[in-house]
Amino acid sequence: MNETLQDTVTRICSSFSGDRSRLMDVVQAVHDECGHVPRPAMEMIAQELGISRVEVESLISFYSFYTDQPQGQVVIRLCNDIVDRMSGMDRVAQAFSAELGIGFGQTTPDGTISLMYTPCIGMSDQGPAALINDVVVTNLSSDSAREIVQELKLHLDPTRLIKHLGDGNNAHELIQAMVNNNIRLKGDMLFSVINRGEALNKALNISPMEVIRAVKTARLRGRGGAGFPAGMKWEYTRAAKGDKKYVMCNADEGEPGTFKDRVLLTELPDRVFAGMTIAGYAIGAEEGILYLRQEYAYLKEFLENVLQKRRGDGLLGQNVMGKEGFNFNIRIQMGAGAYVCGEETALISSCEGLRGDPKNRPPFPAQKGYLGYPTIVNNVETLCCVTKILELGPASFNEQGTERSAGTKLLSISGDCKLPGIYEVPLGIELSEVLKMAGAEDAIAVQVGGASGQMVAPEDFNRHICFDDLSTGGSIMVFGAQRNILEIVHTFMDFFVEESCGYCTPCRVGNQLLRQRLELIMEGKGEPADLENLEELCQTVKTCSRCGLGQTSPNPILSTLKHFRPVYEAMVQEEKDGFQPAFDLRESLAVSERIIGRQSVHVHS
Amino acid sequence: MNQPVTFFIDGQVIQGQPGQTILEAAQDARVYIPRLCYREGLSNFGACRVCTVLVNDKPVAACTTPITEGMMIENDTERVQNYRKDLIDMLFVEGNHFCMFCEKSGNCELQALAYRFRIPAPKYLFQFPQREIDASHPDIFIDRNRCILCGRCVRASKELDGKNVFQFVGRGTEKRIAVNADQLSDTDAVVTDQAMDACPVGAILKKHIGYTIPVGKRVYDHQPIGADIEDSAVASDT
Amino acid sequence: MAKPKIATAALSGCFGCHMSLLDIDERILQLFELVDFDKSPIDDIKEFTGPVDVGIIEGGCCNEENVENLRKFRQYCKVLVSIGDCATTGGVPSLRNMVPLEECLREAYFDGPSVYNPSGEMPSDEALPLLLDKVYPCHEIVKIDYHLPGCPPPADTLWEALVALLSDKPVELPYSLIKYD
Repeated sequence: MNETLQDTVTRICSSFSGDRSRLMDVVQAVHDECGHVPRPAMEMIAQELGISRVEVESLISFYSFYTDQPQGQVVIRLCNDIVDRMSGMDRVAQAFSAELGIGFGQTTPDGTISLMYTPCIGMSDQGPAALINDVVVTNLSSDSAREIVQELKLHLDPTRLIKHLGDGNNAHELIQAMVNNNIRLKGDMLFSVINRGEALNKALNISPMEVIRAVKTARLRGRGGAGFPAGMKWEYTRAAKGDKKYVMCNADEGEPGTFKDRVLLTELPDRVFAGMTIAGYAIGAEEGILYLRQEYAYLKEFLENVLQKRRGDGLLGQNVMGKEGFNFNIRIQMGAGAYVCGEETALISSCEGLRGDPKNRPPFPAQKGYLGYPTIVNNVETLCCVTKILELGPASFNEQGTERSAGTKLLSISGDCKLPGIYEVPLGIELSEVLKMAGAEDAIAVQVGGASGQMVAPEDFNRHICFDDLSTGGSIMVFGAQRNILEIVHTFMDFFVEESCGYCTPCRVGNQLLRQRLELIMEGKGEPADLENLEELCQTVKTCSRCGLGQTSPNPILSTLKHFRPVYEAMVQEEKDGFQPAFDLRESLAVSERIIGRQSVHVHS
Repeated sequence: MNQPVTFFIDGQVIQGQPGQTILEAAQDARVYIPRLCYREGLSNFGACRVCTVLVNDKPVAACTTPITEGMMIENDTERVQNYRKDLIDMLFVEGNHFCMFCEKSGNCELQALAYRFRIPAPKYLFQFPQREIDASHPDIFIDRNRCILCGRCVRASKELDGKNVFQFVGRGTEKRIAVNADQLSDTDAVVTDQAMDACPVGAILKKHIGYTIPVGKRVYDHQPIGADIEDSAVASDT
Repeated sequence: MAKPKIATAALSGCFGCHMSLLDIDERILQLFELVDFDKSPIDDIKEFTGPVDVGIIEGGCCNEENVENLRKFRQYCKVLVSIGDCATTGGVPSLRNMVPLEECLREAYFDGPSVYNPSGEMPSDEALPLLLDKVYPCHEIVKIDYHLPGCPPPADTLWEALVALLSDKPVELPYSLIKYD
């Protein structure tokens, strides 16, 4: 057991055949073994993979789950999304901090436990929640936080923190999580009985073009939120020239307030993988990649096992289900903490062992995707829909929903409501109806579509959840009368500043400036003209940003400026002397007064 | 022979070659589209967004978008120019740009764009970030205060010099240029690398040759950036 | 008809912009025919005698006195013009913005290689204005109507702008007169 660092790195790199495109996996493995990636290891990885050290450093510094600095054997990541904040995150944070005797971003003096914040971990229905290494702890209180720390100090084993298991497969021996599914409303599409293998069998008995036609006939649109017609995406990819093609499943569910893929992966993994296999058959791919966010690492072993069983049962591998010449396999690619990787081209970059920078389009992934080959990227739920469409026929799918938004949709409802959880509803449903189901009739505002979505005011609760009206990848966050709209918006802006990849100017700088201006307004240091300026800056960021992140990050500000304008107007006032309200002389002298040890004669006279 | 592609910029009919980007085809037709991260001879990057144009009313980066038949492009309109001004302002307040003593002043593309757009002062609040400098190399100097993260050095080193001296590290507001060692002098960078000529601003400078061109003789002292591309009539002092 | 009034101030800067103003050479005589100078280092009038048409500010704000002064200019002047890079961007004095204030003061009064400070105390006399947390460009303290960048702005820039302002014309400078150095 005296393997040198060099031996470790060599062993890991050769287990990935020295393949540069597997840099994420290599770094992950080194990280798992060393607790971080020491700088000498970067050099060694670079040597083994035939790249330069700075490229390794570039990747590590991009993902928030990787670090080149030693950290605790146990890392506590407390989720700081808005819903967790509303359910008492501050008290939990204080308890963790006090009990550990360290602040956030720090490691205990004995080097065993680190404490930090992390954005939405997909547990908004059971927050406050935290990740302790891979282990999810939910419904935290200050008491349970203290107990957790006391226990960890004894054994440093996060898995022993789980005292009771969640429902459904959360109790599976390969998951063993305290997470609950919170399925509140089962529709007859996604949460119907699974006939394992039937959909795939039906697909393999018709031609790939017929499979695509079925998906098109069903009028299936992407469930991630953008709503691109799935059949069309497949058709383009099938038609594109390429020696190989790839199917990717986007399980990087990072949009704050979304947790429906978590439940699908827990309860319907076979349906997800069947959908990928059907997609592979349809477009002519032999390999699929499930991109699983690191926050869901607790599901990895379980999912690997499902894949293994499918291989054993002939549902994956050579000549799938006896279909001569159709070979298909699936591997799981772990993410490492980057919201932007939910953007399909960033996801592809990440799978290629690169920073999660989005790519320039065109070319679109359908033409040139993973490693330059035609690639489709579909959401977890979309692929589940595919399986059902093939199993039950297109008509059973689009008999629900609307003409342009066919089928049902999973909603993840959280926040100020009595029954947070998963609801399968037909698209086109009125928001008010959804709120009624969740016990959220008193809502004063609802954020539809996650941080990048829009804030809806009560007079618009009669709007419809569908691609052409209120579009959402699933996230519905409810806010009651006790909430401060500007604080909510500020939390979203914090998130975007943190998660911007920094590639393009408007998103990197613009979001920072938007947040700063918003803060000034919240401090009462704004004037009416600032609202116009804020709006203008939002438009520049939206218009000029390179990918969906920056193109949507101003939405919370824009939609609240529109629908909750009085909230802003109450915070600003006309400055008559021509002074800038953003500048506060007293504040700007505070440091000086402290250092010099006297008060200003100007401010205090 | 390939059929030329016909498209329109601000109503002007332009013919380009298939496969050309909007920026390249426009340039061949003597229409200047402002840019910073684009550099001839390097792969297209699409980071600065200063070349944003509206194609059939949808915003795209001219440097990464290929031309297609019948495209209607909005370039030199108030709306588009205002977006560009905002982006230039952002780059000024994001970093620490001390033009008054910068060796690159007068030859700096960021500054020149601000001149071209007649920006007397940026409208956003200055951020005054703390950035690191690297003066370790005997012949080359890195001042990250001035870096606009355009990636021209990264691409030039890789694509033209066949090296990998520069790379981005960090994310978002923490993103910065790093070198392939603890400091520049420990890399294989030499002053004759093309990467050292690629910087549009004064973030990568060659030592020992500062301020050699007198004020009045520098690239952008009299002619706006892009004037060499546009017709001479437009390029003169207006 | 009374001549329009001008006031000028040099805040945190080097007075170079005022030197540039004097650089308009013989046109200075023309200027004195066109306007009356109120509060300004040029005529050494220390306090405003009344409302002023055009205020010209050189330098940014590094201390409380600069802020007071600038705010007074905003109150007295119909049109306020920032001239020079210090006023428009913070300029050279804002180099200290990248260093914590405490460190700056320690370097200035204790640690600097040429410091002689046998008392070992930080000067705290009320005659010394307190420093702001950082150096601000003028438009971050008060609203500024026009900016004339440059280090300093060329005399021609100042002249062109002044003539335009005094004749109620928009200040539209040609390409060659907008320079940041």
